[in-house]
Amino acid sequence: MTIEESLEFMDAPRARSSESDRTPRRRRRFRLGRWFAETGWRHLVAIVMVVIAVFPLLYVLSASLNPAGSLVGSNDLFQTISFENYVKLFQNPDQPFALWFVNTIVIGVVTAVFTVFLGALAAFSFSRMRFTGRRIGLLSLMLIQMFPQFLAVVAIFLLLSALGDVFPVLGLGSQLGLILVYLGGALGVNTYLMYGFFNTVPMSIDEAAKIDGASHAQIFFTIILRLVAPILAVVGLLSFIATTGEYVIASIVLTDPNTQTLAVGLYSFVSQQFSNNWSIFSAGAVLAALPVMIVFLLLQKHIVGGLTSGSVK
Amino acid sequence: MADDEAGTLEAERADDAERASATTTGGEPPRKGARAARGELPRLTRSGIGGLLAKIVLLGVLDAVVVWAVFVMAGLSMWIPIVIVLLITGLINWIYLGRGKRLPAKYLTPGVVFLMVFQVFVILYSGYIAFTNYSDGHNGSKTDAIAAISANGLKRVPDSPAYPVNIVERGSHLYLLATDPKDGTARVGTTDEPLRVVKNATFEDGKATKAPGYVTLNLSQVLDRQDEITALSVPLSTNPNDGALRTDDASTAYVYRSDLVYDKTADTFTNSSGTVFVDNGEGEFATKDGSQVLSPGWKINVGFANFKEAFTNSQIAGPLWRVILWTFAFALLSVITTFAVGLFLAMVLNHPKLRGKKIYRVLVILPYAFPAFLSGLVWAGMLNPEFGFINQVLFGGAQIPWLTNAWLARLSVIGVNLWLGYPYMFLVCTGALQSLPEEVDEAARVDGASPWRIFRAIKLPLLLVSVAPLLIASFAFNFNNFNVIYMLTKGWPRFTDTTLDIGSTDLLITMVYKIAFGQGGVRDYGLASALSILIFILVAVVSIIAFRRTKTLEEIN
Repeated sequence: MTIEESLEFMDAPRARSSESDRTPRRRRRFRLGRWFAETGWRHLVAIVMVVIAVFPLLYVLSASLNPAGSLVGSNDLFQTISFENYVKLFQNPDQPFALWFVNTIVIGVVTAVFTVFLGALAAFSFSRMRFTGRRIGLLSLMLIQMFPQFLAVVAIFLLLSALGDVFPVLGLGSQLGLILVYLGGALGVNTYLMYGFFNTVPMSIDEAAKIDGASHAQIFFTIILRLVAPILAVVGLLSFIATTGEYVIASIVLTDPNTQTLAVGLYSFVSQQFSNNWSIFSAGAVLAALPVMIVFLLLQKHIVGGLTSGSVK
Repeated sequence: MADDEAGTLEAERADDAERASATTTGGEPPRKGARAARGELPRLTRSGIGGLLAKIVLLGVLDAVVVWAVFVMAGLSMWIPIVIVLLITGLINWIYLGRGKRLPAKYLTPGVVFLMVFQVFVILYSGYIAFTNYSDGHNGSKTDAIAAISANGLKRVPDSPAYPVNIVERGSHLYLLATDPKDGTARVGTTDEPLRVVKNATFEDGKATKAPGYVTLNLSQVLDRQDEITALSVPLSTNPNDGALRTDDASTAYVYRSDLVYDKTADTFTNSSGTVFVDNGEGEFATKDGSQVLSPGWKINVGFANFKEAFTNSQIAGPLWRVILWTFAFALLSVITTFAVGLFLAMVLNHPKLRGKKIYRVLVILPYAFPAFLSGLVWAGMLNPEFGFINQVLFGGAQIPWLTNAWLARLSVIGVNLWLGYPYMFLVCTGALQSLPEEVDEAARVDGASPWRIFRAIKLPLLLVSVAPLLIASFAFNFNNFNVIYMLTKGWPRFTDTTLDIGSTDLLITMVYKIAFGQGGVRDYGLASALSILIFILVAVVSIIAFRRTKTLEEIN
């Protein structure tokens, strides 16, 4: 199976169905009952589900454009449209939204990049080398992903507070410390995903490179990494999404509002004055969700391939 | 050097190829040429030198940082961590400076180090904390507790000499630079570091103003950080009974002494009215009859006391059982509902003649693309009983207590999690349905099986084989689905039979979080860790049973 095939298996049936489209259709009268029994009811179900899926999102969008400001005022959908809330969002020094946004992106990107790198290194050795402990290693990684890191949140908190005595830059309140903690989860979830993909790259490619005098490092960095680029993108993206939505650990590590991420900042902002801050919160929610949603939808097909091979939201 | 290692890689590869060709008939013969390549003299290509340099530089940086860390830790008397750090660093150097068989380790080490520290070690550490009384008032050693008790309740000594002081800073910590009124020496110290003499200090009018390695604060900085400065309480010596220096105006400090006097030989505190406090064996100083307790206490091992407390203390035990039951119910119901809806939708949309399939697919997975923590908050707004959209608009102003009635709140949580989770199941099921062989389906149809029967007897069993591991993972995920619960209901409505902040929709993980970091009440790390250990055990047992039944683990070769 080639790389493209394995990622785009969602498209497989389209190829099948196009075959039936090409066969000449018998001319027959359009009958409503028959149409409904075959595909009509499917449209009905699909439309109901689309409404349920999309409505809350439209509601947030409407609330964010509504200058009324409060929760009750947000119930009139799209009555008035103004960008007042978006302006206010960036003006209150007590809730530095712009900083939260930047913090989230920085923490998310750095974590994603290193997660991909660490995961790829490990997947390379599992896929290309045979050594004692390999099977046990793979099994343990698979089991470890059953236990999310935040279960040990108390120990992480105490570990960081002790670490802060030695390296103040890594202690509680430090974004760098938080990133290091997130990297602890780098292998658990992703190596398995990458390992499967690395296995689809034929060994003969490495061997040919080896004969040409390439070292293992050259094989890894210049050949393999390029061939597995799609899975690197998927893992990076999944890691980015997971990191930006993480609340438990971020909320205990980042205590200063200026260092917080969107998840922590927006939650503390809206939970203080739930009803009154609603419109401004909605504006923040729209801005926070947009980048993630755009990237997700653009890379949807690839992500689906990655997800179905083992990771869960 | 790098080429040598590649030789090992090559050897292993060749072995593999031999093994593979032995099993598959007509496979390519193992490459003998590759073996011959091993005999070649190692050539150092340009990138080989670059890699070597990069390796040496990175190792050098690591070692330098470790050496520095060891000195800092030695200053803090952290001997066990020093040994561990040195062992790990030694191992890393050994791995990267060696050749041959260590090659796999070179690729695994970076990730594994992080995994060991921030995933495996923290789990073990949780296990340790679960057996201690670690909590807000019990978070240090006994020595720290004695110093803290002596520092609390400080009173100014009536005839205290005045110490001229300056405020200096090192790192982000503030220090007092004091001039001893008796001998005129400059001394420096801060809250947890007793005063010590500094050499080469700069004096103006007999008052020390600067010390090497410290930055003296100017007037505006002093004004900015007034609170920190007045909070400084610098012990005069390591003996807590000597008292401590404090300053109100950042220019003169006086000796303050606690009215509690510690007696080293008897291990007791005595206050000015003669009450004696003894070590009560529970990590605290208390009067013999237990009526008065000094705070803070210190950390001791308490055995299974936290687990015992969780299941016997009337404040915790009842709610805990309900939380455990609800956690299982929530995880199970979440998997069942999301899978049912996802599968149904996948089957509905998986029809060759359906138009607009692509658009439908993109639109129905939108909830999955929306960040989960935001979904919880948005739904919390929509379900708000007084002002929310659901009650105000859909139910015409009814006051249905969606989030405040215990059972309705549970229903809402399941519902919102269904909204969030069905797209994932939809994607998984669509993929699995499309990979099912079509011949089976056709054969059944020819034999006259009804669509329902085809689904029940053929499609569903085949589907379950491929998605079972994902359902188990989904169960484990929902078992700890912190974000939805915490953002939507915060675990509320609260139980009425306990003073703890635990409620009807709390999962074990949100309960752990609230016990350890909740607002108000004592932060009980020991109890919280005991509960996390409980979660570990429950998830492990469920996963092992489930994986045994589906035999997924056997697929790993």
